[in-house]
Amino acid sequence: MIDLSHIEKIYDSAAGPVHALKDISLHINKGEIYGIIGLSGAGKSTLVRCINLLERPTKGTVTIEGKDITAMNNSELREARKGIGMIFQHFNLLSTSTVFDNVAFPLQLSNTPKDKINSRVTELLDMVGLADKADQYPSQLSGGQKQRVGIARALASNPQILLCDEATSALDPQTTKSILQLIKDINRKLKLTVVVITHEMQVIKEICDKVAVIDKGVIAEQGDVLDVFITPQKPITKEFISVLLSNELPVDFRHIEIKDEPFEDSILLMRLTFIGETANDPIISSLVKKYDVSADLFFGSLDDIKGAPFGRLIIGLDGSQNDIHAAMDYLREQKVKMEVIGYVSRHASSHH
Amino acid sequence: MSADMLPLITKALGETVYMVVVSMIISSILGIPLGVLLHTTSKGQILECLPINRVVGAIVNAIRSIPFIILMVAIIPLTRLIVGSAIGTTAAMVPLVLASVPFIGRQVETSLREIPYGIVEAAQSMGATPLQIIRKVFLPEAMPNIVAQLTTVIISLIGESAMAGAIGGGGLGDLAIRYGYQRFRPDIMIATVIVLIIMVQIVQFAGNKLAKHLDKR
Ligand SMILES: Nc1ncnc2c1ncn2[C@@H]1O[C@H](COP(=O)(O)OP(=O)(O)OP(=O)(O)O)[C@@H](O)[C@H]1O
Ligand SMILES: [Mg+2]
Repeated sequence: MIDLSHIEKIYDSAAGPVHALKDISLHINKGEIYGIIGLSGAGKSTLVRCINLLERPTKGTVTIEGKDITAMNNSELREARKGIGMIFQHFNLLSTSTVFDNVAFPLQLSNTPKDKINSRVTELLDMVGLADKADQYPSQLSGGQKQRVGIARALASNPQILLCDEATSALDPQTTKSILQLIKDINRKLKLTVVVITHEMQVIKEICDKVAVIDKGVIAEQGDVLDVFITPQKPITKEFISVLLSNELPVDFRHIEIKDEPFEDSILLMRLTFIGETANDPIISSLVKKYDVSADLFFGSLDDIKGAPFGRLIIGLDGSQNDIHAAMDYLREQKVKMEVIGYVSRHASSHH
Repeated sequence: MSADMLPLITKALGETVYMVVVSMIISSILGIPLGVLLHTTSKGQILECLPINRVVGAIVNAIRSIPFIILMVAIIPLTRLIVGSAIGTTAAMVPLVLASVPFIGRQVETSLREIPYGIVEAAQSMGATPLQIIRKVFLPEAMPNIVAQLTTVIISLIGESAMAGAIGGGGLGDLAIRYGYQRFRPDIMIATVIVLIIMVQIVQFAGNKLAKHLDKR
């Protein structure tokens, strides 16, 4: 659907050239919600703007449904852009036009007959839940409502692709949720391919199927959202996830010594991550039954990623070294991701 | 107040209104596109073309730096060429237009520059042509500001038309000089000034109202 191949972008600025994108290649499948996450200045906006050539890559090609749009002339490109909707952080609505006229704008550009415009705009405003606001001006709307107008406008000419550049970054958490829900609904209903740019892992977790982490103009990591969440490879990815999942050790353990080797009266701390079905299985209780170990629960959370349960535990195993190793082998056989933190004194957490 | 005053003032007012209205219409027709050209050919804009931008900008600056009274006299040959005579109400409109076009151009350019570029990009992302962006984004979005600025242009045209009148163009300025000053008629001088003040007030008031009505921000 969307193929970015060896994209380079160098900006000429007063302070010298800025290498904003370095050899970026991405493949985005039809119907997918593809998230691109990165810190400020990582090159996210530049990247998404290369997809509809609002920014022309210095090198590389952008292919959309088999057509190389970097090779198109201006009028071909304008036609191609009608198949790619875009929404923006600051909405970019026409302030002197009503909600209706804003949504009608792309249709007027292609000289759609008036009655067709009327029915299409009405249908779109219905879909985004703003049927009663048709005659209002953007200044009379809340941020969330403005973004809904932006979405309706972006969909007016029936695009197959929707690009979202920080579409929820100017909105409060509640409104963010409702806009994300809307994007997800549209994606399902219209089989739309969606590219979402964000600096918040929450957004990725909420709606994306795939994710690419971009760092200083380079793709640091990419893959299925679930895989990236469970086995993040790069420090920057772990950073993004930790914000969301409170990956930190519980307060009690932060100031005590954690050793690599067992010692007198020590217990083994480990972090377990459960995905999908296994999150609901009683693995810990069967572990304790099967082996001669005791397991103290120090931290537990149950989250969900795109509807899949996602559980996280920190437990302390107590028992002989042999039993502990047997228990660890058992855990490895389960569909559980296990990460050893280290040995701590049993008394450090005695009040648990 | 003497009996001759009313017809004198009415006639002069008619001439002033004629000069201002007609030169305003012609100046807008030429000045608004000039403003669009100045803005859209500037750096980073949709029709970026720096050579054109610099040349046109320099001409605009040059004309704007000539005081109106000098411009008026300096272009007498041009005026003669265009209207066949250098004297009269119609002839007075040539320097009025010449002075207003660059003024409007710069004003419109300023209004357009205030439009967030994001709106232009949104239009581009929807496949709008440069002409569509000018007609459907730039002009409507800047209209409240343009109206406010054209109001200022009308007011300076009223002042300039009085000057033009003084060198034989008719209108209120001509009346004030010929009767109020040269024939020692302070009543006419005062009446002319009052009429001018009222005119400016009405224009400013109407302009403000219209700009406010158009402004939906
Ligand atoms: N028009 C430009 N001219 C020069 N440099 C630019 C331009 N646009 C972006 N850059 C630079 O390119 C880099 C990437 O910018 P970009 O806007 O893509 O980042 P971003 O990931 O979208 O950041 P943010 O989260 O702050 O929006 C930055 O270093 C930025 O300063
Ligand atoms: Mg950005």
